[in-house]
Amino acid sequence: MEKIQQEKANLKYQLQSTMERKSSKKRKIDRLVTIFCIICVGLAIVPLGSILFEVIKNGISALRIEFLTQRPGSMISGRGGIGPAIQGTLITVGIASIIAAPAGIFAGIYLAEFAGTGPLPHAIRFFNDVLTGLPSIVLGIVGYIVIVLVIGSFSVWAGSFALSIIMIPIVVRVTEESLKVVPNSIREAGHSLGIPKWKITLHITLKAAFSGVLTGIVIGISRIAGETAPLIMTILGTSLFFTGFDDPVDALPLRIWRLASQPYDSAHAQGWAAALILILIVLLFSVTLRFLAARKGFKVRVIRYSNL
Amino acid sequence: MNSATLKDDHQERRKKLSNLLLSKKKPMDRAFFGIVLGAAGYTLLLLALIVYAIGDGSIEIFSYEGLDFLTGTDWNAVYGREAFGALPYLIGTLVTAAIAMVIGVPVSIGIAVFLSEIAPPRVSTPLSFVIELLAAVPSIVYGLWALFVFRFWIVDLIERPLYNAFGDWIPLFGKTPFGLDVFTAGIVLSIMIIPIISSISRELLKAVPDTQREAAYSLGATRWETLRIAVFPYVKSGLFGAAFLGLGRAVGETILVTMVIGNAVGINAIPTSLFSQSQTLASVIANEFNEAASSLHLSALIGLGVVLLMLTMAINIGGVLLISRMVKVSPGVKE
Repeated sequence: MEKIQQEKANLKYQLQSTMERKSSKKRKIDRLVTIFCIICVGLAIVPLGSILFEVIKNGISALRIEFLTQRPGSMISGRGGIGPAIQGTLITVGIASIIAAPAGIFAGIYLAEFAGTGPLPHAIRFFNDVLTGLPSIVLGIVGYIVIVLVIGSFSVWAGSFALSIIMIPIVVRVTEESLKVVPNSIREAGHSLGIPKWKITLHITLKAAFSGVLTGIVIGISRIAGETAPLIMTILGTSLFFTGFDDPVDALPLRIWRLASQPYDSAHAQGWAAALILILIVLLFSVTLRFLAARKGFKVRVIRYSNL
Repeated sequence: MNSATLKDDHQERRKKLSNLLLSKKKPMDRAFFGIVLGAAGYTLLLLALIVYAIGDGSIEIFSYEGLDFLTGTDWNAVYGREAFGALPYLIGTLVTAAIAMVIGVPVSIGIAVFLSEIAPPRVSTPLSFVIELLAAVPSIVYGLWALFVFRFWIVDLIERPLYNAFGDWIPLFGKTPFGLDVFTAGIVLSIMIIPIISSISRELLKAVPDTQREAAYSLGATRWETLRIAVFPYVKSGLFGAAFLGLGRAVGETILVTMVIGNAVGINAIPTSLFSQSQTLASVIANEFNEAASSLHLSALIGLGVVLLMLTMAINIGGVLLISRMVKVSPGVKE
């Protein structure tokens, strides 16, 4: 009897010691994983900090009122400004969003409110996702072939068309998602009052989902405002102010690219300043829209650029 | 009033009411349906237009080079000696994207794990906002930063030490580095895709039911073991999908790569070491499109667009399918 108990105690001791040994090793691995994760976060934050720091440090010195309003001077002198680029970006992006916002919202309404589970909605959803992932330079080529070659000139239209293709799928997807979370009881209330469906959709459902839809538009606009590649073959870039929708214009990302390819320090300084302006425009725009929306009582969701 | 007319009357009223309720018969509703269907059809039309335009524009080069366009290594636009082969650029694209994935995917998943499993909410909420900001920076600004700041870090901290240590006997590191090469391009691309992959991964991890974790913890598993046994198997295909979407972005990115990859042409663009200059499909298009010497040259660039389009479409469709399979498996993953 005593022997058995001794053996039992022995076994228990052995078991405990192996478990302890294992658990200290386990804990070490666990700590290593935690440290790895923290390092990963650091690796992501250092570039962001450095980018913001460099853009502000290098850009702030070239910022003057003339820089924002004047035409580009000669590259070596460091004189002149980026007026046409700011103007061109506003015009091109503005027209692109005038095309893309309604198209995207209506397509989103179709998917959320009208489409059943048939093959057509399925196909639209699927190809919309495919459209989201297309490289922007390919869309630039499409803009070149479809518009530049047809009207015979690099133009605002071509640039806006190419940019609108980037923006539409974003708006479609966000609109659909935000309409889907509107509770059905709201629609039913409308139906019970005998309101026609189009009125219910536009005046009730869409209003309830407005903050989400607005977020989609803001994401879309901030995305296309920073696009460079499709503008190379559509609006071309120029040092002149806007002369007409059938003519080339300049844009901030294009101007930054051109300035960065110059071998002169003064051009680089202007490039940094233009980058600062670009970031400010994107930020300012989204903040203003949020502010307006907040004043009207709409709550805008936290913007999630990266999911799109 | 006999019962027959009463019945008729009843029927008529019912019809009126149902007409009122089933609004399909109202002209405004029909018009509205037409508008939204038209808008939805427009997105399909756009895709068809893209395929048609790119296909039509590249007919000339494919009839001139045939399939040699995909396997050729020469790139010459000089009149009379034209040769266009996309292979070097295809390799350049795949190499930079591979570097971006090797660095970007583990880091992104590490970030996602930190945000969803380790950090308390008061840390993870502002932190995820900061990482979202990284996604909002336009790629041209990344390019500017990479060209004037980051590439010197890379040269001083990574490339030169590697070259000095291994350059003589490992061909992978065997080229005097000066920062404009596939390695730099790949690393900057990885920085660019980190927010994309990490935020999708975080959503996926958050969607794993807590019962999974609790079950593992109750068996005495540590945090890492819980992740390995109970969490990762649950989201495996979703994580693959997220990586695919990041890969699609890395393959198609243009302006950033154009600024830091060194822009070699033709056979020189096949990277022989990590520190070789190269080009990607997208960067050749951006560099040469406005200077295209002939319609054949232009068509060759559009042909590169065809290759790029097919590559990214395949990658993205793969990613979308993987993520949607994941969504079907576990309801609630959708935002």
